[in-house]
Amino acid sequence: MSLVTEFETEAHGAEAASEQSIEGRSQWQLTWRRLRRDKVAMICIVVIVLIALLAILAPVFASLTHHPPDVTFPNTGTTSAGLPVAPGTNGFLLGTDSVGRDLLVRILYGARISLFVGVVTTVIAALAGVTVGMVSGYFGGIVDAVLARFIDAVLAFPYVVLALALAAVIGPSLPVIIAVISFFSWAAISRIVRGQTLSLKEREYVEAARSIGAGPWRIMFIDILPNLLAPVLVLCTLAIPAAIVFEATLSFLGLGIQEPTASWGNILSAAENYYQEAWWFVVFPAVALLITTLAFNLLGDGIRDAMDPRTERIFAAGRKQRRGRGRSSTDTSAAPAPAAPGATASGQVAG
Amino acid sequence: MSETLPGDSAAVTEPGPGTGEDSLVHVNNLVKYFPVRGSGLISRTVGQVQAVDGVSLEIPRGKTVGLVGETGCGKSTLARCIAGLIPVTSGQVIFDGRNITNLPRRTMQPYRREIQMIFQDPYGSLNPRRRVGAIIGDPFAVHKTAKGGERKRKVQELMERVGLNPEHFNRYPAEFSGGQRQRIGVARALALRPKLIICDEPVSALDVSIQAQVLNLLADLQADFGLSYLFIAHDLEVVRHVSHEVIVMYLGRVAESGPRDPVYDTPRHPYTTALLSAAPAADPDAAASRQRIILTGDVPSPINPPSGCRFHPRCPKAQELCGHEDPPLEVKPGDPANHLTACHFPVQAGEVLARAGRRDRA
Repeated sequence: MSLVTEFETEAHGAEAASEQSIEGRSQWQLTWRRLRRDKVAMICIVVIVLIALLAILAPVFASLTHHPPDVTFPNTGTTSAGLPVAPGTNGFLLGTDSVGRDLLVRILYGARISLFVGVVTTVIAALAGVTVGMVSGYFGGIVDAVLARFIDAVLAFPYVVLALALAAVIGPSLPVIIAVISFFSWAAISRIVRGQTLSLKEREYVEAARSIGAGPWRIMFIDILPNLLAPVLVLCTLAIPAAIVFEATLSFLGLGIQEPTASWGNILSAAENYYQEAWWFVVFPAVALLITTLAFNLLGDGIRDAMDPRTERIFAAGRKQRRGRGRSSTDTSAAPAPAAPGATASGQVAG
Repeated sequence: MSETLPGDSAAVTEPGPGTGEDSLVHVNNLVKYFPVRGSGLISRTVGQVQAVDGVSLEIPRGKTVGLVGETGCGKSTLARCIAGLIPVTSGQVIFDGRNITNLPRRTMQPYRREIQMIFQDPYGSLNPRRRVGAIIGDPFAVHKTAKGGERKRKVQELMERVGLNPEHFNRYPAEFSGGQRQRIGVARALALRPKLIICDEPVSALDVSIQAQVLNLLADLQADFGLSYLFIAHDLEVVRHVSHEVIVMYLGRVAESGPRDPVYDTPRHPYTTALLSAAPAADPDAAASRQRIILTGDVPSPINPPSGCRFHPRCPKAQELCGHEDPPLEVKPGDPANHLTACHFPVQAGEVLARAGRRDRA
């Protein structure tokens, strides 16, 4: 009897304690809490927000400096030899390009193109990739066979060749670039989503949904999709910098954004011949490209770690070890020791 | 603490149309084979896993039928065939007088409301990314029976009915204990007021103290709503506690079936006897005095089951006949009419099997 009452009071106590926090913490709230402790990821978020703000405010910079992006300044913007002027000269903060346009303003306008292409293609690729991957994985059979082979074909396609061909036939333009990049981005997402769906559809809660009478589309979008969002979000943060680099590559090759519209790729392409005379012409757009892609990639890594607590714990343990070097030195020195004989043994076998 | 959910009681009391039979479910000679495919680019079928091989059973209205057997004997496959989750190779499932065998999804939809399942794993059977309210409300959403505020109200009533705090409908499954999660599963199964709930080892993943709570909840719900249960378990004491009738399965076949007490008190099939003797007893005196039959070997592969009686390679009473001839499931002399045994040499009262087995082998 006393046992029962003890259980009951305990249960009531627990209930009373949890009464304040009725609303459960969602996966996203937990991820955000973990992400907030990740300094690198938080710096990346700040950097990305800054780049986005600068891109949005590009026309403000243009009007403040009185240097519209497409206007050449033959008198103030080029030297007497017809070369770009150095940073800080005549009010050009980052110097000018080969025809005397303000490099800072053009880089900011280039950021607009880069971010726009990166985000739009990633959204298109994510929508297409998730849908195709989920349909392929869930239905299986002939549907899967056809879609999976199509995904393989897209992944195996030489994209630069297709981009060249399309640019030659249709002519390079922003929609063509977005279409081409999206077409080559969705397949990678699709393949991972397909694999995840194959494993998720065997879960018992999917069977429970079927036993209730839910149809395949409801199961895919209500039961499976929420479990896919974490990996898809990580893929997207990594797909954005890939798309930005892809756009820059196409523009660099002259197949992307065309002059006089500014893009990091075509600025770099124009700078190619001036790297000896005007270092800023090459360095600043390249640094902009580097910082942007690096920020997105590191943020993607941070989100992945925050999504999957296990990897985070591994990293945290590693960090702790690095910090407490004196205490953990025995552990770290002990670890390679057993590996060493193996290494020599394998070396002998190889020799 | 209302005992019944208002607004839904009509659906429960409504009598099943058609038949005047007293059984809710008839399963006739149900067979489920899974093809075994060879490796390679073009996979061809190289064998069949005979998961369920000719099982017939009945589930009476408002009663609990316990289904016991070792792991891999086809209990869960049988349950999924009855629930219509996997297609049947042959045989029939008659629910409420209508044949529901291998119905297409849309035609099956009305029967989905009447047959629900409770799953074994209280962690795996709830979607970790969805709130409990959404999970329990799913049946209403799928069958479009309640929306918005009405759905929320019904969900909260269900949560209260199964002993959960209805304020917790916004939480995620991970925030509940195993027993609470199984209550969530029960609430979901109960939502559409089914006639039959198939419980696939509903308590085997739970603590013993929690098992009793869930079992009592299931019993209360049966009394309140007139539910029929097909209760699958490998814990014989749990099955004895909850069941009105018991079916013992071995390797895809029914070894013995009948009302609970005759099967438990005077088991006729050597396999049932062995199972019962292996179950630990709570009373140490009784445990010391009774015989234990230790079966040798593993359950044979259902891809290539033994000839004749499927139990004969492990049976302490096996004779030559058992290897040739499949024993029919029939009433043995001295048994009540609904106590069926599939054995050529049924166990007699007072027979000591353990010694018989050793002597045969020596």
